[in-house]
Amino acid sequence: MTQQPKTWKEISPAGVCWRPATDYLTGDWRTFRPVKDPSKCTKCLLCHMVCPDSAIKYNKQTMDVEFDYNYCKGCGICANECNSKAIKMVKEGEE
Amino acid sequence: MTTKLEQKVIPLNGDEAVALAVKQSDVDVVAAYPITPQTIIVEKFSEYVANGEVDTEFVCVESEHSALAASLTASLTGARAFTATASAGLALMHEMVYVTAGCRAPVVMAVTNRALSAPINIHCDHSDAMAERDSGWVQIWAENAQETYDSVIQAFRIAEHKDLLTPVMINLDGFFLSHTLENVKVLPDDEVRKFVRTREFPLVTDTEGKQVPFKLDPNNPLTLGPLDLPDYYFEHKRQQEEAMHIAPQIIKDVHDEYAQLTGRSYGNGFVDTYRTEDAEIVTVCLGSAAGTTKTVVDFLRSQGIKAGALRIRTFRPMPVEDVVKSLEHAKAIAVLDRSNSVGANGGPLFHEIRHTLYETLPRPSMINYIYGLGGRDLPPKIIHGIYKDLYELSKTGRVQQRVQFAGVRE
Repeated sequence: MTQQPKTWKEISPAGVCWRPATDYLTGDWRTFRPVKDPSKCTKCLLCHMVCPDSAIKYNKQTMDVEFDYNYCKGCGICANECNSKAIKMVKEGEE
Repeated sequence: MTTKLEQKVIPLNGDEAVALAVKQSDVDVVAAYPITPQTIIVEKFSEYVANGEVDTEFVCVESEHSALAASLTASLTGARAFTATASAGLALMHEMVYVTAGCRAPVVMAVTNRALSAPINIHCDHSDAMAERDSGWVQIWAENAQETYDSVIQAFRIAEHKDLLTPVMINLDGFFLSHTLENVKVLPDDEVRKFVRTREFPLVTDTEGKQVPFKLDPNNPLTLGPLDLPDYYFEHKRQQEEAMHIAPQIIKDVHDEYAQLTGRSYGNGFVDTYRTEDAEIVTVCLGSAAGTTKTVVDFLRSQGIKAGALRIRTFRPMPVEDVVKSLEHAKAIAVLDRSNSVGANGGPLFHEIRHTLYETLPRPSMINYIYGLGGRDLPPKIIHGIYKDLYELSKTGRVQQRVQFAGVRE
C-alpha cells in the first residue's frame, strides 16, 4: 500500500528532521577507504583531529586510532595530512 | 492613551534607541559587524558588554554574512538573538537572510537604511531593505527614534511567537533617524523584561513519539537545515506564506498590549493614517519622510484642501485591507519611493500599493515619485508640489507622467 505524501499542514516546520545526523550512515558514499599501516603510525592523532566527519576515533584502551567506516566518506584528508604516510587510500572492493 | 507607568525621557538617536531596547530585552547573543550608519548600535552595545551591564554573548564576526549566520544558529539553539546592519552589509547577508527565514529562526535585525553602491554613498535610501522584501522576514518601518525603540521591543515578541517563528527586520532611516537626537521615552528595565518574556517553543513529535521542543538540544537531537528536494521544499515554502497570514494577528496583539503598557501606538500597528478619513488626495510613504508629509497635510488642510497622508508601518506582511480602507475616499494617490526598481516603471512601494488598489472601484488615479536617493533631502516644498500635482490629478483624472523623480536635477 502506498502512502500519500504529506501536505504542508502535516510536515514539520523548516524541514526539520526528527532524527540525529548520526542516524544517516554516510559511509556508503565512500569510493576509497583509508587503511592504516600500524608499522608506520606514530600515534600522533593528527588524523583524528583533521577528520571533518569525526570518523576517526581514539580508543583509550588500545591507545590507538580507529576508523569508523559507518561515517567515513573517504575524503582522504587523513591520508594527505599524515606526516609518516601511514594511511593509504584503497579503492572499495580492492585490497 | 494614559498610563500609570513611569517612563524616563532621555535624549537618544535612533541607533542608541535600538541598542538600549536590545539591552533591556534580555538578548542572549548579539553577533554584528559595524557599518555606517548602523555603527552606533554595535558600538553602544559593545560598551554595555564591556561595562558588564548585560550578560549577552557578543560575537565579533569577520563579516555580515557571518554576523547573520551566527545569530541564526544561536537562535536555533533557543537563544534570543539580535544583529544589525545596513546597505552593503545587508547585501552581503543576502544568502543568510533567506536561510534565517527558511529555518524559522526568530532573529531580530535592525537595518539602518542606506544606499547601495555604486557610486558609493552612505546616506539614507531604502534600496537595501527592498532587496530583501521577498525573503520571508516581517518588515517594520519606523518614523522616529521613539518608534524605533518601541518596535525593537515588540519585534522579539512577534518573531518568537511559537506559531510564527519568523525573523523581524526593524528599518530606520539612516542619519535622519540613526544620528538625530530626539527625546525618547524609555521603560524601566524590568518592565521591558516582563514584556518580552522568555522564549517559548512549539512542541513537535519525534520519531519515538516523544514531544520535544523545536530547538537544537543535545538531549533531543535533531537535524536542522537539511537538504530539501522537489518532494518537500515547496511545502516548506508554503508554510512560510502561512506564517505571514497569521502574523497580522500577532503583530496587532503585541502592538496593542504595548500600547496598554506605555500609552504609545503607531496607527493600528500596520498603517499610520493622518487625516485620511475624508482625504481626496493622499501620499503614501515609508519611514521618516512621513513626518514631513504630515506637516504639509496640516498646511493644506488649513487652506481647505482635503489632503491626507498614509505611512506603511508594517511592509511585510503587506496590510492589504488596511491600505484599501484608509484610501477609500482618495481620488488621487502619490506613492513616494525612496528606492527605484530600475527599469520596472516605478518603485517597489508604488507597485505594491497600486496592485493592492487594483480591484477598488472607482479606481483612484495613481502616480509615483522616486525621491531622496542617496540621502537627498525631501523638503516640505517638494511635498507641497506633489500635493499640487495630486490636486490637479483629482480634478482631471489624467496622468501626464506615471513615474517622476522628485528632487533630481533635470
